[in-house]
Amino acid sequence: MDDTKVSEIRQMIIRHKRWDRLFALLGLCAMILGVLTLTVLFADLLIDGAHRIGVDFFTSFPSRKPESAGILSAFVGTCLVMLVTVVTAVPLGVAAAVYLEEYAPRNWMTDLIEINVSNLAGVPSIIYGLLALGLFVYALDFGQSILSAGLTLALLILPMVIVATRESIRAVPGSIREAAYAVGATKWQTVSSHVLPYSTGGILTGVIIGLARAIGETAPIITIGALTFIAFLPPAPIMAEAPFISFEWLFAPFTVMPIQMFNWLSRPEEAFQSNAAAAGVILIAMTLAMNALAIWLRYRYRKRIKW
Amino acid sequence: MLNIPKANLSTRNSGSSPEPTHLKAEVQQLNFYYSNGFHALKNINLALAEHQATALIGPSGCGKSTFLRCFNRMHDLYPNNRYQGKIIMHPDNTDILGPKVDPIEVRMRISMVFQKPNPFPKSIYENVAYGLRVRGLRRRSMIDDKVEQALRSAALWEEVKNRLNDLAFNLSGGQQQRLCIARALATDPEILLFDEPTSALDPIATASIEELIHELKTKVTILIVTHNMQQAARVSDYTAFMHIGDLVEFGDTDQIFTNPRQKRTEDYITGRYG
Repeated sequence: MDDTKVSEIRQMIIRHKRWDRLFALLGLCAMILGVLTLTVLFADLLIDGAHRIGVDFFTSFPSRKPESAGILSAFVGTCLVMLVTVVTAVPLGVAAAVYLEEYAPRNWMTDLIEINVSNLAGVPSIIYGLLALGLFVYALDFGQSILSAGLTLALLILPMVIVATRESIRAVPGSIREAAYAVGATKWQTVSSHVLPYSTGGILTGVIIGLARAIGETAPIITIGALTFIAFLPPAPIMAEAPFISFEWLFAPFTVMPIQMFNWLSRPEEAFQSNAAAAGVILIAMTLAMNALAIWLRYRYRKRIKW
Repeated sequence: MLNIPKANLSTRNSGSSPEPTHLKAEVQQLNFYYSNGFHALKNINLALAEHQATALIGPSGCGKSTFLRCFNRMHDLYPNNRYQGKIIMHPDNTDILGPKVDPIEVRMRISMVFQKPNPFPKSIYENVAYGLRVRGLRRRSMIDDKVEQALRSAALWEEVKNRLNDLAFNLSGGQQQRLCIARALATDPEILLFDEPTSALDPIATASIEELIHELKTKVTILIVTHNMQQAARVSDYTAFMHIGDLVEFGDTDQIFTNPRQKRTEDYITGRYG
């Protein structure tokens, strides 16, 4: 090859690499913009609220005096509502996804259901709130309770759980299914001992991402009528005397973290703003902790599976 | 189209065994249509001799894997595939393609080893034990025995006996394929199907699998699909040559490779196409 041709090729590569660098720079800027905004937001909340975060803040009920107000009832409310949400959304969502992927006949009905499940994930949360107000609060008479709120948020994240479960079920290769069927397994044996165990990581990730969204939802909870000022805890689920387990807490009135924040934000006193910021920090920390858990679980489950 | 009469096989004395060969299965007028209407198998007639290896050869897309997968009703896993004709299994004369026969029952009697090793992402032990667990076996000691037996038959026991709880993925490709053979053997199948079992393996692993197939003939009847003609010549007693859904020629492996009766067979084995 003569020299002119080689130098032409080099020139061309230099020209092409310019675009490489340009794009890398653009991407870096976009990334910094996103991360920086979040960091500043979090730091701002932290600066405003840090002095309020302490043991007292977690163990006190809301109060008229900002310095003695805490998030006990909201924190407990959030945890209990999430519990109801998980217990309802996971079995329903996973079972629905398994049916759609493994059992449902491939026809236009299934296609229609699949499209609509994805659409449901995009329905605004306030619509779920309205549905829940009519269905859970009035028609089923669950009242403005933890049960109603948990079921509402379960509906909200159900499409996410279904979509995540289907994606991870689909990631199980056909050759593994065929291997199970080839030794004489039934569909259920194949699903229960192979398909579901191998997709657990993906399912858990989907569930936790869904919960991380649900934990911050305010609109549907306000719609079903959560109280904004709660200075008591729901009845304990465990009792000293028989039958030892009580489900009364399901029907207790409640408040949750975002509503407590909203309540504090709407007060005129400056000091309550710090409380709201502190509650915000804790809410973000809870969300981040859940996402971290999701990442860890995914790592743990995928470590032993290679395909 | 040449159809070897069944009598040819049933009365024939095998070179290696002194006893007359019995039939394990007979394929009668088998047609197969995929869900898109593709007519993949056309009027196949063939017999499998008990405790012998029968090889299916032919160019890609000739239907040899499709044919193999009829034997354990794998096509039933996907909607709208259609069989026509019969595969009669002896000695009970069950038509395994019959509408009243449960495909699961068929798969319990006929095991399969796939082209690409496909162990479950579980331990070596659990991979072999799965077929037994599916059959409801619970006694640990019994499962232990069967697992060891199967691993020995698959010539893998010595290599894995000290690490049965290791993940199957940590084995080499050839070991994984032998593990899949052990999984297929653990349930004492009557027929063992091999779908190009060595196409993903190196020559040494291939040689060990071929040797294994040779040994397994004492226990099971073998039907093997291969695109490697030397392999067919090495491991099989009978060979069937297929071309675009037709069974062109079926006979003794020696005869097929040294003295093919059909022009198409000759062209293929001499490398004129394929």
